[in-house]
Parts: sequence; C-alpha cells; structure tokens
Amino acid sequence: MIEFHLNDRSGASPYQQLVQQVRHALRLGLLTEGDRLPTVKEVARQVAVNPNTVLKAYRELEHEGLVAARPGVGTFVTRTLADASLVAHGTLRQDLRRWLTKARLAGLDEESIEALFMNTFRSAAGEDVA
Amino acid sequence: MSAVLRAQALGKKYKRRWALQHCDLEVPAGRVVGLVGPNGAGKSTLLNLASGMLTPTVGTIEVCGGRPAEGAEQLAKVGFVAQDTPTYASLSVADHLDFGRRLNPDWDDAVALDRIRRLGLDLTQRAGKLSGGQRAQLALTLGIAKRPELLILDEPVAALDPLARREFMQDLMEAVAEHGMSVVLSSHLVSDVERTCDYVIVLVDSRVRVAGDVDQLVGSHHRLTGPRRDPATLPAGRHVISASHTDRQTTLLVRTDIPVHDPSWTVTPLGLEDIVLAYMTSPAEAFRDTRPVLEVLR
Repeated sequence: MIEFHLNDRSGASPYQQLVQQVRHALRLGLLTEGDRLPTVKEVARQVAVNPNTVLKAYRELEHEGLVAARPGVGTFVTRTLADASLVAHGTLRQDLRRWLTKARLAGLDEESIEALFMNTFRSAAGEDVA
Repeated sequence: MSAVLRAQALGKKYKRRWALQHCDLEVPAGRVVGLVGPNGAGKSTLLNLASGMLTPTVGTIEVCGGRPAEGAEQLAKVGFVAQDTPTYASLSVADHLDFGRRLNPDWDDAVALDRIRRLGLDLTQRAGKLSGGQRAQLALTLGIAKRPELLILDEPVAALDPLARREFMQDLMEAVAEHGMSVVLSSHLVSDVERTCDYVIVLVDSRVRVAGDVDQLVGSHHRLTGPRRDPATLPAGRHVISASHTDRQTTLLVRTDIPVHDPSWTVTPLGLEDIVLAYMTSPAEAFRDTRPVLEVLR
C-alpha cells in the first residue's frame, strides 16, 4: 500500500502531487498490477486533504489507464510503468554519473548543474512538443 | 448545479460602519470553501449572516435553498461552529452530546460516540477542563453528528497549536469524505485552507475581492517578468492584479484565460497563496474597472 505525502512548498498542487506520487511508485516498481490504492477517505484523513482532490487525482489516473475503480471494493493498479524501461535505469544512471563528474571537473557547482540540466530538459521537451 | 450559499447585493452595517458590502456569491454544493482575508475583513459577519445569527442590512442571502435559520427544517440543514469553538465550560462532554441529541432531529449518536471514543475524551469531563484542541474537537463532533448539509466553521483552528490544527483538519476531511457535506471555513491564513479547500473566497475591507474554484484560479493566474514596460500595453483579456517595476524590469501578476505567447515575458505559475496575497495587498481601486469578482464567479 502506498502512503501519500504532501509538500506545501513544492509548487505543485495537492492534486498533481498525488498523481505524481502514484506514477512515481509505478515507475519504480513500488506499486504493481493488482495493488489497491488507499480509499479516498483514508487519504483525506491521512494527509488532511480535501476528498474531492483525491477523487480527482484517482480519476486522472483512471483516465490514463493506470488504475481502475471497482465499486464497493476499491481502486486497483491495472498497469505498471516500470516494465522494460526499469532495466535501462542502471546504465542511464551510470551515464548520468559520468556526466556529473565531467560537469564538476569543468568547474560547475551544484546550482549551475541543476540550472543547466533543467534548462536543457525543458528546451528538449519543448522541441518534442513542437 | 445547486448553490449551497447564494448572496445578492448583500451588506451588513453596524451603526455607521459597513462590515460587509456589495457581496455577490454563488457557491456550488459539495465543496469545501475557504473564506480567507485579514482580521476585520468581514469574514465572521458573512458567516454569521449565513448561519442566521445576524440579519442583512441590505440584499439577500440564501443557504441550502432557504433563508438562514428560518424554521426547524432550515436549522437542521446548517451546522455552525462559531469563532473559538465555544463550549459550555461547566457542562460535561456527555451533557454536550445530550444537548445535540435533543436539539437536532437528524442527530447521529453512533458517529458522536465513535468520535468521542477515538479522541479519548472522558464523557464525565467538564468542557472547561479540556485543552483547546479537545474543545475544538468536541465542537467539531457536535457539528458532524448533527449531520448537516452545510457545516460552517469560523476560524476553527486559529487558537490551536500545529499538531491540534493538523488533527482537526484530518478529522474534518474524513467527515467530508464520509458524509459528503459542504463546508465553509474561514481563516486569516491561506496555509490553513490550501490543502483542504477546493473553492476560495477572498474578503478584504468588507468586500469580496475574488471567489472561485481553486484549480481554475491557479490555472488562470500567472506571474510575468520581462523588460520594463507599461502594463496598459498588454493585449485585451488580461487583467493585471499587481504590477511592480525596477528601472529595467517589470513584474506583473495577471489573470488571463488566453495563453501568453509573447516571448519577452517569462511566465511562471503561481500557487494559491501567491494569488490570494496579491488580491489582499493590491488596492481596491485596481479592481473597479475589471470587475474580477463577477467574472471569476461564472
């Protein structure tokens, strides 16, 4: 069972955070097919969030085909996001480590590295969309 | 959609001073509404009008389809927890439940007793001996067990420490999930309502500055930063909520339903707190022409 946490300073709305946390857990294999998500009431109580927000997040996940609601039983994971791509994580992480070492050797501090990464990430994502 | 709270040209005057004026609201049912604004803005006045503790000087207010506190049926529909969650100091917890049982036709005794047990309250304890957090929880218990269509809470957590605040909000959200009631709660802190409310009303200087669905508000407000320029040159359909300038840079907080494509602006999203604070701090004159209240309400 997944446990949700909300960060008031994250910049993302509570609804987005709930969706992201489920997707994150699916991607890392922490949630797999058949797992039940906590009920709306349980989440509302646990993180003191509006139940409408939880419902909205669950509907969004349902719309994405990641979970399915079985009335009177609960909401269940129907698909995992980990599958094939999880295998590739190891080598990608290694590549990233090497790149980080290079960046540090070139004299970039943590802030510059993060800014460069986010900037490149955003412009690459922008090109994909365009 | 049915409205749980509807106000038209509502106003309340105490002697010479208007505590609330030109108030138009249409709040849909099934929402958790945050009423935010600085102390003295008129929040308690609005909530007291909604609960029928006060009568309007001008205009009308309708709650759950009826006039506030008009007749037994209407009284049963609306629960009201006044500021500082008042209880009767010399009466025991059991006495409070007994009151609730006798005065409320839809009283849910199982819910009341279950909550008292889970809170670990002693039924024989006098309310005056309870901690602030326990007193607030007792008042909330009465409000929930009444099984109202609408529960109104005036600054319910203002006097509580952070842990008691969290516990109070957890219990309130659980009750909303379980019973599906509408809630209106006021606070002078946006952070109190950020997680719990999906609809917000900002009240400043006795007037509603903005009211609407939280996601819609967050989706339609942006911060624009760019080279210095006159905000009046913005294309139509964008309302400037606040503007600040340095000798080179201009920062605007705008409301717009049209995406901003002008590449000379850097557009950043805003959280609910940023938006509410912008409406609270900018002068009322800025809103006269743009009439944001009516537009956002639609």
